[in-house]
Amino acid sequence: MQQTIEQIRAEALQRLQDAADREAVQALSVHFLGRKGVLTQFLRQISTLPPKDRPAAGQAANRLKAELEEAVAQRLAALEARQRADADRIDVTLPGRPAPVGHLHPLTQVKVEICEIFERMGFDIAEGPEVETDYYNFEALNIPKDHPARDMQDTFYVSDNIVLRTQTSPTQPRVMEKQPPPVRIIAPGKVYRCDSDLTHTPMFHQVEGLLVDTQVSFGDLKGVLTEFVHQIFGPRTPLRFRPSFFPFTEPSAEVDIGCTICGGAGCRVCSHTGWLEILGSGMVHPAVFEKVGYDTDRYSGFAFGMGIERIAMLKYGIDDLRRFFENDLRFLRQF
Amino acid sequence: MKVSWSWLTQYVEVDLTPAQVAEALTMAGLEVAAVNDRYGFLETVRVGRIVQVSPHPRADRLKCCQVDIGDRTLTVVCGAPNAAADCLVPCALPGTEMPGGCELKAETVRGVSSEGMLCSAFELGLGADASGLLHLDDRLAVGAPLNRALGLHDPVLEIELTPNRSDCLSILGVAREVAAICGKPLVPPPVPVLPEGSDIHRETSVQILAPDHCPRYTARLIFDVAIGPSPQWLQDRLRSVDLKPINNVVDVTNFVMMELGQPLHAFDFDRLRGRRIVVRTAAEGESFVTLDQKQRRLTADTLMICDAEVPVAIGGVMGGLDSEIQPDTTRVLLESACFDPVSIRKTAKRFNLATDAAYRFERGVDPHGTLTALNRATALIAEVAGGRPVPGHIDAHPRPAPQTVIALDVHRVNRRLGTELDGDRMKTLLEEIGFRVSNQESDRLEVHVPSFRVDVTRSEDLTEEIARRHGYEKIATTHPALPAAGRRPAAAFALRQRLRELMAGLGFAEVITYSFVHQDSNLRLRLAKDDPRQRQVVIRNPLSEDLAVMRTSLLPGLLETASRNIAMGNRHLKLFEVGKIFVAAEDGADRLPAETQMLAALWTGQRQDEHWAQGRLERQASCDFFDLKGVVEALVERLGVTGVRFGSLAPEHCDCTRPGVSAWIAVEDERIGFIGEVHPDTRAAFDLKQPAFTFELNLPRLAKRMAAGRQSRPLPRFPAITRDMTLIVDAAVESARLAEAIAAADEPLVESVALFDHYIGPPIPAGRKSVSFRITYRSDRGTLADEQINPLHQKITERLLASFGAALPT
Repeated sequence: MQQTIEQIRAEALQRLQDAADREAVQALSVHFLGRKGVLTQFLRQISTLPPKDRPAAGQAANRLKAELEEAVAQRLAALEARQRADADRIDVTLPGRPAPVGHLHPLTQVKVEICEIFERMGFDIAEGPEVETDYYNFEALNIPKDHPARDMQDTFYVSDNIVLRTQTSPTQPRVMEKQPPPVRIIAPGKVYRCDSDLTHTPMFHQVEGLLVDTQVSFGDLKGVLTEFVHQIFGPRTPLRFRPSFFPFTEPSAEVDIGCTICGGAGCRVCSHTGWLEILGSGMVHPAVFEKVGYDTDRYSGFAFGMGIERIAMLKYGIDDLRRFFENDLRFLRQF
Repeated sequence: MKVSWSWLTQYVEVDLTPAQVAEALTMAGLEVAAVNDRYGFLETVRVGRIVQVSPHPRADRLKCCQVDIGDRTLTVVCGAPNAAADCLVPCALPGTEMPGGCELKAETVRGVSSEGMLCSAFELGLGADASGLLHLDDRLAVGAPLNRALGLHDPVLEIELTPNRSDCLSILGVAREVAAICGKPLVPPPVPVLPEGSDIHRETSVQILAPDHCPRYTARLIFDVAIGPSPQWLQDRLRSVDLKPINNVVDVTNFVMMELGQPLHAFDFDRLRGRRIVVRTAAEGESFVTLDQKQRRLTADTLMICDAEVPVAIGGVMGGLDSEIQPDTTRVLLESACFDPVSIRKTAKRFNLATDAAYRFERGVDPHGTLTALNRATALIAEVAGGRPVPGHIDAHPRPAPQTVIALDVHRVNRRLGTELDGDRMKTLLEEIGFRVSNQESDRLEVHVPSFRVDVTRSEDLTEEIARRHGYEKIATTHPALPAAGRRPAAAFALRQRLRELMAGLGFAEVITYSFVHQDSNLRLRLAKDDPRQRQVVIRNPLSEDLAVMRTSLLPGLLETASRNIAMGNRHLKLFEVGKIFVAAEDGADRLPAETQMLAALWTGQRQDEHWAQGRLERQASCDFFDLKGVVEALVERLGVTGVRFGSLAPEHCDCTRPGVSAWIAVEDERIGFIGEVHPDTRAAFDLKQPAFTFELNLPRLAKRMAAGRQSRPLPRFPAITRDMTLIVDAAVESARLAEAIAAADEPLVESVALFDHYIGPPIPAGRKSVSFRITYRSDRGTLADEQINPLHQKITERLLASFGAALPT
């Protein structure tokens, strides 16, 4: 008898689970729990049992009755919930209503990234005018009039003494004139050169850096710029410091990174050298300190400058400089 | 600066490969941009065997040759008299870049297609013989590339010299660096033995009237020269660095310039009037014909080399047509001089004459190398042109260059570099490149700078020499010992970044446009004559008239960007730019302009991106004034700027915006910008065919009004009561003035006023409009009762009715 009640239970629960709609559940309820149902018939048979087994069988049957009534109710509720959900269902794969999404220019994003790296190293942000005097753009940076170093930069002139700054470097003397050492600044901004072709636009962006204190060495310059390169291009980026010339630094160094396109094997982008020039740097020339009245025996410092466009091109794989200033929305939307 | 391996190795024994030398020079500060074998083009010139020669069917002088080039046989049309069967000759294949720069192409010559070109020695730059094909040695392998067959190999280093290294504008200068790198001695060219004496002084003289411009002038005379082509070795040297051979005398001057870095000039002595040289500055307005056959008008600061009567050369820049070496020249006056770099540079710039001589003089030539070069060239002319040097030389030297001696503090060098080099090591590094170091104490060197290093004048210059010779890679990486100063970021800079992020958050795309705009931009913006923005900063040497003046508004850039984007099919645009405008100083061009950071935005096209859930009307809705005004309101709210007011811009004050749909934006009484629909004429000027809305804000003025920080307010404890009010007013009454009037009443129970309806049209009478406000009343002392509020609301309403001539709806 005990086994039989287990069989009834298993069969009833399984068929309830399989019941697909309300009618089927109700039919099962009648079949198992109705006046002529399986369970009622079972209860009627109890009297045929030996008297000592009757209480246990009766209790088991009543427990099962309660359990099945509960199961029927649950199944009905579940079916009802599903029906309601079917009625309410939406196509969740339809596109969402467009929320306004804007875009920061890629040059802004790279500028911010560069500035943040140096700000974390304790550099302050400084800015200067874009229309600049010849003095700050050249003379204060040890580039006298009629010096061949002026050929390095084609200059837009407003008058004999006023130019569009060709570099962010005039920020150096401007800051130093106002502030005694220590100085630790970066100066991002627009610069202008009278040049326009595949690889030059007449306006572009630079970030200048300057650090002055007692005891600053070329080794420190290497340290700060190595840290910068590793933060912006990744910690495993190879880099090298190569002797160069800028009138306002000495010794001067170009910083090259291993070509991000070919990994150093040599390709068109790196002119088959495996290296890409990304910034110029050097120890501040004493003539620059003399112009702003810094004691050259006591203080030393380093300066550096980089083109934001170049770094953005390498970071984002942009192959045409002019894209930055065409402002085609299809380009801007990629950033 | 081109340096051929064949020439370089005349002065130094090199045990490195050209690639290794290039790398080492680059890391020593002489950047080698490329190494190209000058015979590389011979890779596609094959050793060919002429198998058969037949006459050209349609040309008497031409032949059709069958040429075996190893892997196949080609038909080549050839006009050379010595083309004969069984000869081995060079056969250039199509694609070969011939000396002189043109690329060989397969051609059809009078109906016969020629698959290559058989070459003479001259055509390949391998000799002077142009009379016929170059007959090659029979033992050469047919089909082999000619450079390999003949063992021709001459890498040329292309060095991008920095302006300070004029000492390396010569093969010998580069060889000095290479010798130091390789640890090998530098072998300079031999010092010639020339006849000395005073004969020359009987023949000629040199008079320097402008010693500041010309500190030294040396000269020699060579008689009985025979002008003709240079010998092959000399032509080859010049060709190896891309110089064109001209004649033996001129070739020698070019050779010595390349070898030693000293520019020289050869005059036809018999064409010098008075047979003498006068060095003077030109008379203002004097005219002169240079070698390039151009008439030049001189100015008073141009240094001229003259004969007894007239100028014969622009000193250090270019010779004159009248006195140049001619085929019949027999007597040569050779000049080797030293000129002032600044004077040369000014002159070269003025006449736009970028000659090899000027390039070297303006960077500085060795003031003690003048005579050496003169003697070297004299001996070579005697050798290659059969000349006879007149005994003696002239050395006019009014301003001898002083010897530079620098005291070098070893510790100071190490401090600057972060190195621990000792004095001996520094001495070695310097001596290897020609410096002389004496009186050495343990930590103090006395350094005598060689005269060819005109760039080295102070101890930092020596520090750089030591650093680059030691190797930058060997300097240890350290970090500056400067405490982290936690200063706040620059406020103006931070505000601009905040605005950019807010604008991007509001759905706008940032653009960056050129700061220079078309010279007619102000006209296109319809600016009034007395508008301060008419004071433009004008660029003297603009790239084009499109980029000729600095912008005085960000609008031209945005309008151009919009127009360009629409042409590319991007029709719905929300753009903004943050950047400077430039307004020239009132008192003259020699003052810096006022630079002001601005924010400008432009919205054109749809209000919303199209999507499936929009109704038809919604889908077609274009942006309008109020869409963009909402953006300005959101910006100022986020910046914590309160009291921002908008007001209608009178038609006579509308420039780039459409009258009626234009507003000023102000805080208190200070204008901070404008907003409006772009004026149809302005739009047309920028070729923009759809309506657009724009605003421009002055950022320094906005920044001034920003709250220093936000303060929290307690939340209200008691419920509010709202009452609505609808007024019929004259259509010209600005709704904001009504709201301001409610607020101005300063009733303590009025918490806020919001406009919720605005209507023009029937049944409202023409010329009138209906405006509805919802006023929220609240007290912080308790819940308000209707009895408190009704009379107050009534009072406010009546006040407005009276002061605005308003009526209540009927």
